[in-house]
Amino acid sequence: MSARRIFTGPARLAAIAPYLWMVLFFLVPFGFVLKISLSQTAIAQPPYLPVFDPTQGFEAIKAAFAALSLDNFKLLVSDHLYVLSYLRSLVVAVVSTSILLLIGYPIAYGMARLPQRWQSVAMMLVIVPFWTSFLIRIYAWINILQHDGLLNQILLALHLVSAPVVWLSTDSAMYIGLVYSYLPFMILPLYATLAKMDPSLLEAANDLGASPLRAFWLLTFPLSLPGVGAGVLLCFIPIVGEFVIPDLLAGSHSLMIGQILWLEFFTNKDWPVASAAAVALLILLVPPLLLYDRLQRRQLEGAR
Amino acid sequence: MAEELSKPEPQAVSADLPLLRIDAVVKTFGGFRAVDRLSLDIGAGEFFALLGPSGCGKTTLLRMLAGFETLDEGRILLNGTDIGPVLPHQRPVNMMFQNYALFPHLTVRDNIAFGLRRARMPRSQIDTRVAEMIALVKLEGLETRKPDQLSGGQKQRVALARSLARRPKVLLLDEPLAALDKKLRESTQLELMEVQRRLGMTFIIVTHDQEEAMTVADRIGVMAAGRLEQVATPRELYEAPGSRWIAEFVGDINLFEGQVASREANRLAVSTNAGMLLAAQPRQPITNTIVAVAIRPEKVKLSRRGPMPDPLNAQAVNRLEGVVTDVGYLGGLTTYKLKLDSGAVLRSSMANTARIDIDAYSAGQRVVAWFTPDDCVVLEQ
Repeated sequence: MSARRIFTGPARLAAIAPYLWMVLFFLVPFGFVLKISLSQTAIAQPPYLPVFDPTQGFEAIKAAFAALSLDNFKLLVSDHLYVLSYLRSLVVAVVSTSILLLIGYPIAYGMARLPQRWQSVAMMLVIVPFWTSFLIRIYAWINILQHDGLLNQILLALHLVSAPVVWLSTDSAMYIGLVYSYLPFMILPLYATLAKMDPSLLEAANDLGASPLRAFWLLTFPLSLPGVGAGVLLCFIPIVGEFVIPDLLAGSHSLMIGQILWLEFFTNKDWPVASAAAVALLILLVPPLLLYDRLQRRQLEGAR
Repeated sequence: MAEELSKPEPQAVSADLPLLRIDAVVKTFGGFRAVDRLSLDIGAGEFFALLGPSGCGKTTLLRMLAGFETLDEGRILLNGTDIGPVLPHQRPVNMMFQNYALFPHLTVRDNIAFGLRRARMPRSQIDTRVAEMIALVKLEGLETRKPDQLSGGQKQRVALARSLARRPKVLLLDEPLAALDKKLRESTQLELMEVQRRLGMTFIIVTHDQEEAMTVADRIGVMAAGRLEQVATPRELYEAPGSRWIAEFVGDINLFEGQVASREANRLAVSTNAGMLLAAQPRQPITNTIVAVAIRPEKVKLSRRGPMPDPLNAQAVNRLEGVVTDVGYLGGLTTYKLKLDSGAVLRSSMANTARIDIDAYSAGQRVVAWFTPDDCVVLEQ
């Protein structure tokens, strides 16, 4: 009898709170953006045409609905600038996520195999950069990568190059910045799955004739796939929409979609096209999110 | 020179060596001697139990046999070959883990086939062997299940089948039944014995459960503080414990400390806190005068008047009087705790052979407890 009462009163409100949060801070703003993306620029902005005015009655709202158009989305598809920047965003995200996985996996694996008391130290070291502002860290990279920066000085001192290398405003600099910034997001989920793996599984594999290397490929790696999935999505999705790192470290010869959004909003002040680009980006990112959700659900079912 | 020539060639298999010889093995963990110069021979086809309290080094010894721990000193000879330097994945020894360590992403069939695939056995042979193993542990119909979809007992069977599939020379079992409930554990013990007999393999089981060790094993090695206290058959261990520690560790026992008062040809009279007790002279003569007399509770008989006088052996019965203080009815048997007139406490247990027992004693009742000198074991400290 009392067991049922747990979900009454304040507890029920607490259960609703996340949904309320989602509606207020995600769905409602998204509704605004969606509406703007279907609108046209007016001379004085905002508002954008058509305007929804509930005081004008039902007929006016019906007319306003009829005036919404997909013109902005048609522009996105027809203009090379937008299509190329979407493609570039995807390529950059795929390449940097792959590099992140290649670097992050060994680090996470090493961390998980450390003695217990050193694991928390290693964890601390991964998190410590977060204590400094992200922008300051990126500016520090500009300093390191510039013509007479630390990297070129080291390369020259080691006689690996004979003249300073141009790093800034190149894709290399952007990839360095992306990998550096997102590495913790790759390491932490990988570490979480690797650390909870039962070491007796590896002993059992060893006992049954698998060499340590084979045991890694037959057990450790397949069992860490949920962590790989989490890390990949945690990096891939924000990198697709990344603005600051490409803007500060890469050249201006080709733009990522995040930069296009910035340009449309703040330089061109064309909010409808910018909103359409944002909505398109979201639609682009939904499939990987759904995929991740399915993977996680399968993992949960497997754990039962 | 001649002597060197006549020296026999070193042979891998030697007639006078047992299947497994553990020779003065030492393992130290940061100054703590987990296994302390332990030597033990185990013969082919034997079911051997390593019994001991937790922390006695029994699991460490097992892990050294599997190759997961290196030896600090000593040798382990399998068929006369030193397997010390052999890596775990190359040892002809398999282990069944306490938590089963089943591979969660593989089906029952793939779990069992894991070791066979690593041995590069042809596919058709793998299929036959896996089917054989599944039949052996009665898992038919569950081949495609994942470990998470199995009950505890079924997981235990998969683990057993997986560790047996490679037909190891020695199977190591690390507390294999600890996670099962009592009923299932008892039936699984019998199945383990049956499997061992049918395959004729050598099984070494580690357990802290003495009943389990006594049920399954041909011989038991009792370990304490990294050493073997006694290696004996279950009966010997129970009826002729080698030390006071073993007497107390294995089963229930009454212990009375005292001094040897007189020695006869086959009898010792010991003056204890429970009174003068007659005990049979142990096989190895007692040298100390300070000893303990040990009697198992089920060998202590109770009656209202005392034993019928035996005309042949009238003097040779220990007879103690006291009051029943506690009665514990356990179904198959009833345990009694007596306060003897001398002040000592004596425990007795009696089988409930009749459904309605008019002879049951109740607390507060005066009784006579008696037992023969042959039921007593004299132990030195």
